[in-house]
Amino acid sequence: MTEVAITPTPWQPVCQRSDLVADSGVCVLVGDVSAAGPLAPRRSIALFFIPHAEQQLYAIDNWDPIAGAGVIARGIIAEVDGELTVASPLYKQHFRLRDGQCLEDPGIRLDTFAAAFDGDTVVIASMPDSP
Amino acid sequence: MVEPRAKQKLIVIGNGMVGHHFLEQLAARPENALFEVTVFCAEPRPAYDRVHLSEYFAGRSADDLALGRIDQYRDWGYDLLLNDAAVSIDREKRTVTSASGVEKTYDRLILATGSYPFVPPIPGHEHGKCFVYRTLEDLDAIRAASENATTGVVVGGGLLGLEAANALKELGLEAHVVEFAPGLMGIQLDEGGSGLLKDKIEDLGVTVHTSTATELIEEVDSGRLRMQFKDDRELVTDLIVFSAGIRPEDKLAQAAGLQLGERGGIVIDESCRTSDGNIFAIGECALYENFIYGLVAPGYTMARNVVSLLCGEEASFTGADMSTKLKLLGVEVGSIGDAHGRAEGAAAITFVDEQSGIYKRIITDGDGRKLLGAVLVGDTGDYDQLLQYHLNDIDLPEHPEQLILPAADGDAPTLGAGALPATATICSCHNVSKGQIVDVVQGGCCSLGEVKDVTRASTGCGGCSALLKNVVDEELAALGMEVNNHLCAHFEFTRQELFHIVQVEEIRTFEDLLQKHGSGRGCEICKPTVASILASLWNDHIHHRPHVGLQDTNDTFMANMQKNGSYSVVPRVPGGEITPDKLIVLGQVAKKYDLYTKITGGQRVDLFGARLEQLPEIWRELIEAGFETGHAYGKSLRTVKSCVGSTWCRFGVQDSVAMALHIENRYKGLRSPHKIKMAVSGCTRECAEAQSKDVGVIATENGWNLFVCGNGGMRPRHADLFATDLDDETLVRYIDRFLMFYVRTADKLQRTSVWLENLEGGLDYLREVIIDDKLGLGEELEVQMANVVGTYQCEWKTAINDPEMLKRFRQFVNTDEPDEKIVFVEERGQPRPAREEEVVKIAEPA
Ligand code: SRM
Ligand SMILES: Cc1cc2nc3c(=O)[nH]c(=O)nc-3n(C[C@H](O)[C@H](O)[C@H](O)COP(=O)(O)OP(=O)(O)OC[C@H]3O[C@@H](n4cnc5c(N)ncnc54)[C@H](O)[C@@H]3O)c2cc1C
Ligand code: SF4
Ligand code: FES
Repeated sequence: MTEVAITPTPWQPVCQRSDLVADSGVCVLVGDVSAAGPLAPRRSIALFFIPHAEQQLYAIDNWDPIAGAGVIARGIIAEVDGELTVASPLYKQHFRLRDGQCLEDPGIRLDTFAAAFDGDTVVIASMPDSP
Repeated sequence: MVEPRAKQKLIVIGNGMVGHHFLEQLAARPENALFEVTVFCAEPRPAYDRVHLSEYFAGRSADDLALGRIDQYRDWGYDLLLNDAAVSIDREKRTVTSASGVEKTYDRLILATGSYPFVPPIPGHEHGKCFVYRTLEDLDAIRAASENATTGVVVGGGLLGLEAANALKELGLEAHVVEFAPGLMGIQLDEGGSGLLKDKIEDLGVTVHTSTATELIEEVDSGRLRMQFKDDRELVTDLIVFSAGIRPEDKLAQAAGLQLGERGGIVIDESCRTSDGNIFAIGECALYENFIYGLVAPGYTMARNVVSLLCGEEASFTGADMSTKLKLLGVEVGSIGDAHGRAEGAAAITFVDEQSGIYKRIITDGDGRKLLGAVLVGDTGDYDQLLQYHLNDIDLPEHPEQLILPAADGDAPTLGAGALPATATICSCHNVSKGQIVDVVQGGCCSLGEVKDVTRASTGCGGCSALLKNVVDEELAALGMEVNNHLCAHFEFTRQELFHIVQVEEIRTFEDLLQKHGSGRGCEICKPTVASILASLWNDHIHHRPHVGLQDTNDTFMANMQKNGSYSVVPRVPGGEITPDKLIVLGQVAKKYDLYTKITGGQRVDLFGARLEQLPEIWRELIEAGFETGHAYGKSLRTVKSCVGSTWCRFGVQDSVAMALHIENRYKGLRSPHKIKMAVSGCTRECAEAQSKDVGVIATENGWNLFVCGNGGMRPRHADLFATDLDDETLVRYIDRFLMFYVRTADKLQRTSVWLENLEGGLDYLREVIIDDKLGLGEELEVQMANVVGTYQCEWKTAINDPEMLKRFRQFVNTDEPDEKIVFVEERGQPRPAREEEVVKIAEPA
């Protein structure tokens, strides 16, 4: 058996600050963009930029498992009980930005990723946060 | 295993209010499947709202009054035979035969034949200018006869007679009421009450002749009718309406040998069964304990009871309350329980204010603890409260007179809705208790409209509406739900209040409003609502920097998101008129981008399946060909449907297409609390279905009739006739005012139909505001509209020319690849979203 060394770069650049839209979301494709390989699975991630919040950047899975479509980045940001969430555009469930928890269904949680600015570059962690 | 049971054969004779209620109740039950139902209906149309019959003269159409619909009966699986009276019942064979010769067998038979107006046998009563007041046909005949008439007489001064007199007055006649008894409304009112009522009605210009018996009616030379009274007086009139009471329609039952009362009426027991156990009687044909209940609520109770019995439950009818409240010719009258104080030991307290014309009287039991009855004339403000004391046997306060005396210190003891027991009946028409209302409010219904929808309370005679509102308000307050008037957790204001604040303080951005008047960071409720308010007032582009992030996704991307994350594209096709060239462009664009193409219900074409990143290119091509955005995504004007009108159609009386184009182009882009739909028809045939729209315009010989607040969708509502025979300019002025008033005052996501239903004062108030300009707002509303019209821009046109805005239309900001998760397959020659199982197949090639 061949061992494949998986040494994920902890931080992966995904886009520029100017690609972001304040108080709203955009979507990035991460993983191996050139070819769908087994090592770095491709996935769409929603990035939310909230300039006035304590935490300015959130990265969260773009796939809405309830609607079965990749649309989270296009949801509206909603504060519910003091917590920032994104309301999915299709059926309006709220997902908490900080940990991906669906407020309407305790059994559903989206993956979230650490995200940060590196100068003008937006970087996110290649592995999702562990719950 | 359950044996499949043969269906029970049920026949209902009579499709009036009670017969209909019976069927409606049955249809709502699962047991409905166990019955095979046939309905014989003597009238040419299914049941309608007889209680509000008089509104037919005030502009409501037969359709507006309809209770039953033919297709609905079909959906329920009922066989409805219209215009076909039952003529005989064979109780041996258990069959019913109709006038047209249909013979049907029954297992159970329901008689709901109602009653007919009693016409006293005065010589001459059969003259062609003598009418009764019971059916739509009766009203048509009266209206026709009133055309060249100046005077009309109503014989009978009871509840219905006064209503008929009011109708005659509205038809422009000089109205008289001739009453045999010494007082008006003798059944409901005591002497004092009816005396005062008479004064008030005479003040309104209706001449009342009490203690007057008619001996003879004859035609005089002029073709008019002369009424000869017993005391030698006489009256010459053009027409006479008899309203001297009702008689139960019991001929069929009599011929079938069922037991009748001495003075008519089909005798029933507590189960509403007649003397034949297979036959029930309900409504105004039924006689219970020697009493005919001439009101709709007791009839409904009987209907519900029989439904329960047929479904194997227990139920009994043990009489019903006959309290009534009404507004006659603008005079408020109320009568509760034992109004005449006939019970033994009853004591009465009377309050009379002759100056303001108010008469109130309460009747209590001997020791003043319980309320037996009450009479109110001139002011029925205390009615709800008194009725509750009466119906629920609530102990009276120590000084019951305080209940009717004007409050000296503003501190009269009030019986709030909170004091009522849960069992208190709030709506007797639909038998809804306070407990049920509280339950639905607690279950999440937060508005009067929703509670009405769910419980049906207040959708019968309407008499309970004020009380219902109190109960709902009180319950909402008790739940700490005053929040519910608040837009959301971030703004402690209603949408209407926020609109005012934004307008008065000239606030231009959400941030600014949030900082000054809100808290937190906003949510999916307040953001789009405020965005809509800002747009209605200042009309900036929705992608104007500070507004980004406020919009729902559809507004953000100016397209409707579909189930798989792709979008639809709907260019505006004003009035549904489109040139062949433009049609070709639509086809070319759809073909080029492989879009699914469908003609919508709104007379335009929808192109589905566009990917986010394709939207700008698609729109660029459409705009080049002269298209504009159709706002299919916005809470704004959708379509103005038109019919072809006088240009082509042989019946058209006005150019409906030109008018539709004019108003569509005028109001396109107007952001509103919910979407707005309009239509213009070229004649009364109404091919554009304008009466189902928020704004409906129907051409007349002299101009346009304007209808407002119609709705299709989940809860269809016929539009109300708002103004008639308007010229173009007035029409547009009224629509301007109407729309802006709606935009200002409606709640979020409230269509005009629901808005009107919740508007205090209703249609009349709306007319006062829009037509009479009672609030002095008319000009301001027009200016505001002019501003919106003047600042219109095609949002897509602006967007495709603005690189900043275009940046948003990227599936991924780090690559041009499309979203591989959006997959289409072909069906009937066009693409459609792949289903989950189909996607797997594609992703895993063999
Ligand atoms: C495309 C169309 C169906 C069709 O294939 O014909 C349609 C499609 C949708 N309708 Fe509709 N409605 C369409 C005509 C209608 C009509 C008929 C009409 O306008 O004459 C009605 C009933 C009339 C009315 O509104 O009074 C109608 C009543 C609704 C309702 C219920 C509204 C209500 O008051 O009860 C909704 C839900 C809502 O708005 O909350 C709705 C919502 C929708 C949405 C927007 C659902 C959604 O949120 O995704 C659909 C998406 C449209 C899209 O992606 O483009 N649609 N919808 C029609 C577009 C007409 C157009 O050219 O703009
Ligand atoms: C102008 C007016 C105002 C009113 N206002 C009020 C009010 O404010 N509050 C209130 O509570 N009540 C009011 N009423 C009374 C209310 O309308 C009646 O109580 C109610 O309609 C009774 O319903 P029903 O089904 O028993 O009889 P109906 O509504 O009269 O229906 C009986 C139906 O049976 C049909 N029929 C009769 N014989 C046959 C046959 N052999 N075969 C087939 N069909 C047959 C008749 O044609 C009729 O359509 C008012 C009535 C009128 C006329
Ligand atoms: S009726 Fe329902 S499914 Fe059909 S278009 Fe309208 S919203 Fe969609
Ligand atoms: S009491 Fe008649 S509608 Fe409620």
